[in-house]
Amino acid sequence: MKVCEAVIDDIKQIARDTMQVHLKVEANILQTIKPGQFVHIQVNNGTEHMLRRPISVANIDQERQLLTIVFKVFGQGTAKLAAYEAEQSINLLIPCGQGYPIEELQIKKALLIGGGIGVPPLYYLARQLAKKNIEIISVLGFQTQADVFYQQDFEAFGQCFVTTMDGSYGYKGVVTDVIKQEHLLFDYYFSCGPTAMLRAVQTELTNYPGYISLEERMGCGIGACYACVVPSKDQATYKKICQDGPVFRANEVSI
Amino acid sequence: MSDLTVQLPGLDLKNPIMPASGCFSFGREYSKFYCLSQLGAIMIKAATADKRLGNATPRVAETHAGMLNAIGLQNPGVEAIIDHELPFLQTFDVPVIANVAGSTIEEYEGVARALKRTEAISAIELNISCPNVKEGGVQFGTRPELAAEVTQRVKAASHVPVYVKLSPNVTDIVEIAQAVEQAGADGLTMINTLTGMKIDLKKRQPLLANQVGGLSGPAIKPIAIRMIYQVYQAVDIPIIGMGGITSTDDVIEFLLAGASAVAIGTANFKNPLICSEIIEQLPQALQKYHFASVKDAIGKGHGHG
Repeated sequence: MKVCEAVIDDIKQIARDTMQVHLKVEANILQTIKPGQFVHIQVNNGTEHMLRRPISVANIDQERQLLTIVFKVFGQGTAKLAAYEAEQSINLLIPCGQGYPIEELQIKKALLIGGGIGVPPLYYLARQLAKKNIEIISVLGFQTQADVFYQQDFEAFGQCFVTTMDGSYGYKGVVTDVIKQEHLLFDYYFSCGPTAMLRAVQTELTNYPGYISLEERMGCGIGACYACVVPSKDQATYKKICQDGPVFRANEVSI
Repeated sequence: MSDLTVQLPGLDLKNPIMPASGCFSFGREYSKFYCLSQLGAIMIKAATADKRLGNATPRVAETHAGMLNAIGLQNPGVEAIIDHELPFLQTFDVPVIANVAGSTIEEYEGVARALKRTEAISAIELNISCPNVKEGGVQFGTRPELAAEVTQRVKAASHVPVYVKLSPNVTDIVEIAQAVEQAGADGLTMINTLTGMKIDLKKRQPLLANQVGGLSGPAIKPIAIRMIYQVYQAVDIPIIGMGGITSTDDVIEFLLAGASAVAIGTANFKNPLICSEIIEQLPQALQKYHFASVKDAIGKGHGHG
């Protein structure tokens, strides 16, 4: 993990309140990043914002030495991040947390289940899985049509189902509705999104092996402050989301 | 080169900069960013008698120029800290200050007594001011007679000097400071966090699961400075100051108010290299304000009598 200044290559809005940023990062750092890991971003200099913002890695382009992040504007900090322009630089802690251990897994067909701003890290995961010739099905859930992004990017890897809560685009309902309706067949699942969605996914897919990626308000982002914890399955101990996660085996933690 | 050294009870500091308890865990994470031997000392995360899981999440929230936290003293218990955390810190050339917490006087005493079996600590920071646990902690820090009693008992139970960490959530901090000084405290550390709250507008409820949390960061610095200034005039034991430090100018302001050394907390989260950077920049800052040494600046801000 390193502290580094990254120059913004470009920044643009890709859906409602949703920003995509390409950052120029040294190749030797990019090489170390696994899908599911995150960067911890300083909002700005000065003392107004004392906490960084954890944002998942959405993609890495080794050739152009670019790292992609996608974030949603939720509050004042992310609004300030959204106001950055190309050529400005931002301070990153990189890379943070544990990613999806895909080298260790024997998978033929992966089901990727993303909800809202949990979709981006699954994109870099999809690319890495595709490189290993693993078949990919994606189910992406959003609140409404204006929130939808990355559909075509996921379609490039295989079947992609999009669902919205209000039915304004694609299927109507939650991701687990689609999984049931379409009788999707797979041998491993990977899911990232709001806790309520992850809970539903874990319950629905309880007989399948899988990985989930959690989000929580973070402090240090490196495991020192104990802010972003989640109880282990047996509730006997806490795992640190920033250090032990954000990726956990399904049913490893109690959500 | 300015002299950065400071000698305090039990602590031979090569410089006056140390990470504050609770913001640095037991050092491992930050040791990946710089060598911990650079530090003046390390204040490790609070130890209780038994393992504690702490509060539910969310445990932190950002606020203007600061943050609220309600971690709730999550720690593996004093025995596990002695066995699994302190040996790592002993590989560095840096004094360790153990933060001792508890719910009862007996628990505080027990933790202090347990620490007797290790030579890895140079001093104890007696945490009578944690605002984030339901029982214990803060009531010892807000009532002078209780503060004095726990200080006396822990002092008697420990083998190293005891620094008492004062709560700012009191009407008269001088009264508490004098009470613990009379009870035998070797020094003071101040200030702990101020109790605060943030309400989630969409959910219409306090954002932190614990509802209230401790406010830290630059937002509380003027309060820390004022309290250190007042206490410095009223006691003869040294003060380790903390509360919103982010720069060398802040460090010098704390020294002027009367702190002999300082701890850096929240700023570690924004910049994990902050302690190392401030140590490097401190000689220049001392020169800028015409101090030959750190010791030269301590308490020099009381000019208007």
